[in-house]
Formats: sequence, structure tokens, C-alpha cells
Amino acid sequence: MQDGSNESVKKSFNARPSYDHKVDIETYVVDDSQIKVDSLSKMEKNTRKTMENVGIVTDEKDRAGTIMFINNKVSYCSIRSQDGLEIMPMSEAGEKYHWLKDYCWKAVNPESDEYTKRAYHDNADGYFIHVLPGYHIKDPIQSCMMIGTKKGIQTLHNVIVIENGGYLEIITGCATGSHVNEGLHISISEIYVKDDAEVVFSMVHNWGTKTAVRPRTTCILNKNARYTNNYILLEPVGTLQSNPSCFLNGKGSSCKFNTICLAQKESDIDIGGIAILNAPNTSAEIISRNICNGGRIIARGRLVGNSNDTKAHLECKSIMIKDGGRTEAIPELEATVPNVEMTHEAAVGKIAREQIEYLMSRGLSESDAISMIVRGFLIGSINGLSENLRSKVDDAIKKTDLGN
Amino acid sequence: MKSGDEVNLVLEVKDLHVEAGGKEILKGVSFTVMKGETCVLFGPNGSGKSTLLSAIMGLTTCKVTHGEIIFNGKNITGMAVNERAKMGIGMMMQRPPNVTGVTLGDLCKAISSEDHLILKKSSEFKMKSFLERDINVGFSGGEIKRSELMQLMAQKPDFILLDEPESGVDLENISLIGRKVHELLYSKEDSKCKDRTELEYKHVSSLIITHTGQILDYTDADRAFVLMDGLIRCTGRPMDIFKDIREKGYEGCVSCRMVQTSQ
Ligand SMILES: Nc1ncnc2c1ncn2[C@@H]1O[C@H](COP(=O)(O)OP(=O)(O)OP(=O)(O)O)[C@@H](O)[C@H]1O
Ligand SMILES: [Mg+2]
Repeated sequence: MQDGSNESVKKSFNARPSYDHKVDIETYVVDDSQIKVDSLSKMEKNTRKTMENVGIVTDEKDRAGTIMFINNKVSYCSIRSQDGLEIMPMSEAGEKYHWLKDYCWKAVNPESDEYTKRAYHDNADGYFIHVLPGYHIKDPIQSCMMIGTKKGIQTLHNVIVIENGGYLEIITGCATGSHVNEGLHISISEIYVKDDAEVVFSMVHNWGTKTAVRPRTTCILNKNARYTNNYILLEPVGTLQSNPSCFLNGKGSSCKFNTICLAQKESDIDIGGIAILNAPNTSAEIISRNICNGGRIIARGRLVGNSNDTKAHLECKSIMIKDGGRTEAIPELEATVPNVEMTHEAAVGKIAREQIEYLMSRGLSESDAISMIVRGFLIGSINGLSENLRSKVDDAIKKTDLGN
Repeated sequence: MKSGDEVNLVLEVKDLHVEAGGKEILKGVSFTVMKGETCVLFGPNGSGKSTLLSAIMGLTTCKVTHGEIIFNGKNITGMAVNERAKMGIGMMMQRPPNVTGVTLGDLCKAISSEDHLILKKSSEFKMKSFLERDINVGFSGGEIKRSELMQLMAQKPDFILLDEPESGVDLENISLIGRKVHELLYSKEDSKCKDRTELEYKHVSSLIITHTGQILDYTDADRAFVLMDGLIRCTGRPMDIFKDIREKGYEGCVSCRMVQTSQ
């Protein structure tokens, strides 16, 4: 166990203003029934649409594999013959690989908070994804987590292990079923990226307006490992709190967090990223771009430099479109050694009138000008966002009323 | 005679008072621009030239407190910026803002009806490699001018406001800028006057700010105004006025002309 590091994570949680959106876990319904699905494309139309909205390709074209959970049980798992890749439910993996226990609850401390505790005590199932040494998996794999029961609680525990020199891109789409508006999603993810390996982890969320969302993700990087975490939330949500952390324990490792959030009316969002640079020549970048469209959003970022010769940059920027919302940017830098280079930029405000009128002077309507600037703000400075994710952002901007 | 003039009137500014940053900058400016006319606006630094152009474009940093702006017979004083653009007004700003995240290519695509011409135009302006860059972010002074002019080309306005098109532009690029301004002014595509004997007919009107006068070599300017202390203090032939300013300074130029006009 990474006791020392976990302590520092815990400490950093405590140091922040307390998160006041209480969720009463006991009031949610536990649905443990298993809904088996033969093929994604044969699923009911509304469900399919829900999945597609969060980036899941239901005909599985150009996807190396798919795993899907409805509520707390696996519904579908398939792998398109690619050597070096394993996907299975944790329950199955635990029986198959006795060494899996070396990865369970090692990156995430089960005592971190009440949600994590709950997942631990429920002995929650989830996915296990494994890339064998040296395998570069060309197509992304997709995982879909859906709450299918009204006021249902979903608890998941996932482990991802990328062995030395492996590469994988994971697209996770999380949503509530079309008839579900209220629920609680708890998802613990432990990601291990070994020497010279890389993982790109992209998450697109689309929840009911009364859903509480508590993902808890930690990633551990070995020598020269790379981790990219893309998080995209464009639809309304009840309350979301997520602050994934990455421990850069191996020399030369690097990580990058990109967060794009559109805080719609009545959404309460607390989102951030933590990078703990524990080895020389490591680097981290946290970029958070948020639009407050009447909701409440806290954008956090935290860099901890525990080793010399490290470099990290953090940006928390939010634009407020409407009156009545609230936005906070909380960038934090901490160093325990002198030879670190850590910088941050934080900005909260509205779009400069000057920019809007500049575009308007070229004939664009005010709302087109705002959309264009918002799009540029959200995705313009984020590299490595797939075309699919970009078009998601475009679609969301198009259908959101950004007028003030 | 009078009614003929009115038909040919593109812009009429009447007793315009404008405030910026809580201060009155323009204190009763009146002038007109005729159809196809190229007008030049001279004036010392800080005299309010850019403010006047911004007020005509409708930028809200400038607040019109009194007076009227009539464009093509319509009072546009309170009209939104994009409405004015749609009516045919286009502006090259002296200092356009950075728009991080929006590329020059994105914007050109959004304003042009002919997507396929963007690449061609950008290479004419030596701006091809800029299409992928965020608008104005890190652009040099001369690059900003080329980018602004290229956007105007895509926009095809009938009345163009140019705020110091040649300032900060090197000698080679001045001829490029000059030729492009000429092309904008003489754009023949939908000239309604094919029966005219001239080879070219200017149907795009303009108001151009210049300090150096270099742009005059390319535009056959018709008339010039001198703006000082928030007022148009003098009107005349561009070359005459430019010569006077060069020889006697703005004060000298203005007082000389005042004498002439009062005679
Ligand atoms: N937003 C503002 N706040 C305060 N002062 C302003 C503002 N805008 C313009 N001014 C002032 O108004 C005056 C006129 O400015 P303007 O930019 O119109 O001058 P100009 O004639 O274009 O000068 P230049 O030749 O230097 O470009 C200047 O003194 C300027 O500082
Ligand atoms: Mg000026």
C-alpha cells in the first residue's frame, strides 16, 4: 500500500473547503439483478441512443472490446480478437488471477471516504482490463456504466493494468437509463501503468438531473509511463464530485488531465485533478475548462512536487454565461523540494465583450459568436482530443442556450 | 442636384458625440461619404480617429451620447454590430482582440460563403500557415494587418473602415496590403456600371485612417478630413492636406485651412 502517498491525498482532501452537497447513501435502491445482453445493436432503441450519447459505438466498429454494466452486474462483455488484451468482470478476474489482489485497493484507500468504503464493503464488481507486455492496442476499448433502476445505487470497482510497453485507449461512457432521473453512481478505478506503457482514459458522462456521481480514480505510473485523463460533462447532473489523482512514481513518467465541463442549470459540480510528482524528470499538466451556464462549479487542480527536476502546469479557467450560477477556481501548488517548476493559471469571468463584437463585426450573430468563442475556449487548447469527443462538445454547444 | 447627392450618400454622420471610458472623445463630428468615395482620416494620436471608426461599426466600448449615424439612408445609431456588418460595413481594427481557441480558418469559414476560396486567398495574403492558429494570438503587427484584410476579403463589405492599414508593415508587404486594399475598393464582381467608360469603377466606399500616407499611393483617395480635439477641423484634397500636415504639423494645417475656408 502507498501509505505515505495516501496520507498526502487524504490530507489534501481535508485541506479543502468541505464539500457540502450531502448524499444519503442509504436511501438508494440496491438492484442486484443481472440483465444479460447478447448484442449492443439489438438493445432497445432508447437505451442505444443513451449509450451513443456518451460515446459508445453500439455496432462496436473500430472498438477493440466492450464491457457494459447495468446497475451492479455485468451485462455484456466482448473482445474483438486482438492479442494481448483481456477484458472481464472483476469477479471473474479474481478467480482467474490470484495476483489480482496485489492491485486491489492498493491505489485507492478503502477508507478514503464513505463512497469508497461502501464500494469496498459491497465487494463491488467492475471491469478488469489488462494489456500484456509490449502490446499496442490499436483501437480503443469501450466501457459503459448505466444506472437502469429508478433511484438505484451503482457501485463499481475497476482495475486497469497496462504491462511494460503496452498501450491502450479506454472510452468510458456513463449514463442513467432514459427513464431514470435519480440515482447514485460510485465507481472506484485503480489504474496501473507500468514501465514505458501508456493509457488514454476518456470519460463522457450524461446523467439524470437528480443523479449523484462519485467516481474515485487513482493512477500509478512507473518509469516513463504516460497517462491521459479526459473528462467530459456536457449535460445536466445533480451533484458530481470527482478529483482523480495520479502518482508519478517512476522516473520520466508524465500525466495530463483535461476536463471539459458545461455546468448546466441546477448542476452542482466539484471537479479537479491531482498530480503527485514523486520521481525525477516527471511532468504533469492539468487543464480544466468550464462553462457555468447557471449551475455551480468548483474547478480544482493540485500539483504536488515531491522530487527534484519535475515540471508541472495547471490551468483552471471558467467562463460564466448567465447570472445566477456560481463558479470557483481553486488551483493549488505544493512543493517539498526546491528544484521543481510548477505554475498555474486560474481565471473566472465572462467572455470579453470585445471578442464577441469582433466576431459580430464580421457578420456573425451574437449567439454564433458566443458559441464559437465557447467552443474555442473548451476544446481549442486541448490537444489529443479525438474527433468523436470534439463533435460531442460541438453538439452540446449547439443545443445549449448560451444567450445572456 | 441635392436629391442626386442624397441618392449617392453612403454614410452621414451628424453631430456625433461619443464617450469612451467615461470621457467625451468626439464632441460633435459631422461629415459624409459618397458612394464609391475613398475618404481619408488624419489626426494626431489620441484625437479620436479609432473611436470614430468604432462608433460607426457600433462597438459598445464607444457610447454615442448624441447625434446620428445614417448608413444607406437608414439610421443605424443604435443598431447591433452584426446588423451593421450585414448591411455592408466592414472594419479593419487597429488592435483587434486575441480570440484564444478560435482559429483564423474557423472564422474565415464562418464568414465566407465560398469555403473553397479560403485556401487561395490565404496564400495570396501569405497567411496559409496561419489558418490553424488562434486569431491574433502572437501575430506580429504586419501579420495582424494581413489577417484583418483577408477577413474583409471574405466578408466583402460595401463600406470599409480601415484603421491604419499600413502601420507596422514592412516595405514589401506594404505593396501587398496596398494592392489588396485596391482590390477591395475596386472589386468589380457585381459592379452595376458596366456601361461606364472607365476601365475600373470604384463602388466600394471607404474611410481610411493613415499617419504615413503610404496607403494613398494605392487608393486614389477623394477626400480627407482632419480630426482634432474631437472635431473635424478641416476637409480637403488628401494630397494637399497630407502635404500641409507634413510641412506645418496638424495645428499649422488646420489653421491654414481655416483661413482659406473663411475667405
Ligand atoms: N475605453 C477607453 N477608456 C479610456 N480612454 C479611452 C478609451 N478609448 C479611447 N480612449 C481615449 O480616447 C482618446 C482617443 O482614442 P483613439 O483610439 O480614438 O485615438 P486615435 O485618434 O485613434 O489615436 P492613434 O492615432 O494613436 O491611434 C485617447 O486619448 C484614448 O486614450
Ligand atoms: Mg487609432
